[in-house]
Amino acid sequence: MSLVIEIIIAVLIVTGSAFALIAALGVLRMPDFYMRMHAATKAGAFGSLLLLMAAALYFGTLRAVLTSVAVIVFFYITTPVAAQTLAESAYRRGIKLWDRSLVDRLKESGEIPPTKDSKKKL
Amino acid sequence: MFFEDISTIIGAALAIALCFLLLALGVALWRIVRAESDFDRVIALDLIGGICLCCLVVFAIGFNQAVLLDSAFALAVMSYLGTVAFARYLERGND
Repeated sequence: MSLVIEIIIAVLIVTGSAFALIAALGVLRMPDFYMRMHAATKAGAFGSLLLLMAAALYFGTLRAVLTSVAVIVFFYITTPVAAQTLAESAYRRGIKLWDRSLVDRLKESGEIPPTKDSKKKL
Repeated sequence: MFFEDISTIIGAALAIALCFLLLALGVALWRIVRAESDFDRVIALDLIGGICLCCLVVFAIGFNQAVLLDSAFALAVMSYLGTVAFARYLERGND
């Protein structure tokens, strides 16, 4: 394995795990549930993408590359779906937006009415 | 063995990556313990699934075992199903 490939793999590994750490810090520090979800899903998925690319480069066999691409594609399909489902149910349950956020298009359009028991304490 | 037959550059990168991932796991666990609502806990749990996937990939490189990538795929599937199930359960409420 040449030195250039090793350096590329090392940079991919460090950047990917740094993105995972940034996702965790975003979950800790963001002021709002929806912002926290945004930080966790996008940065976490990007970090695992970088690490899986590093693994595919490191092993170099067809099987490892195919497995890495399959995990990347599956993760990038399912993470937004899970986040969307969770955000929709949180909005129905009446989780408040940050008090300094400006627009709430769902409230204006009235497409997702809160359920009856949304005032109930979670 | 970990770090066996591996170059110095990749070994140092793996050590740094493991430190970062451990710190991220700690932060997400702290978020689960001190959360404002149950939805925050589900988000942190989803993030822990992603971080565990990252840890599996790092172990796959470190132990030179490409089989661990398959278990990363299984972990991605289970994490997605768990998050969707928790979302449906929390939407329904206590009744």
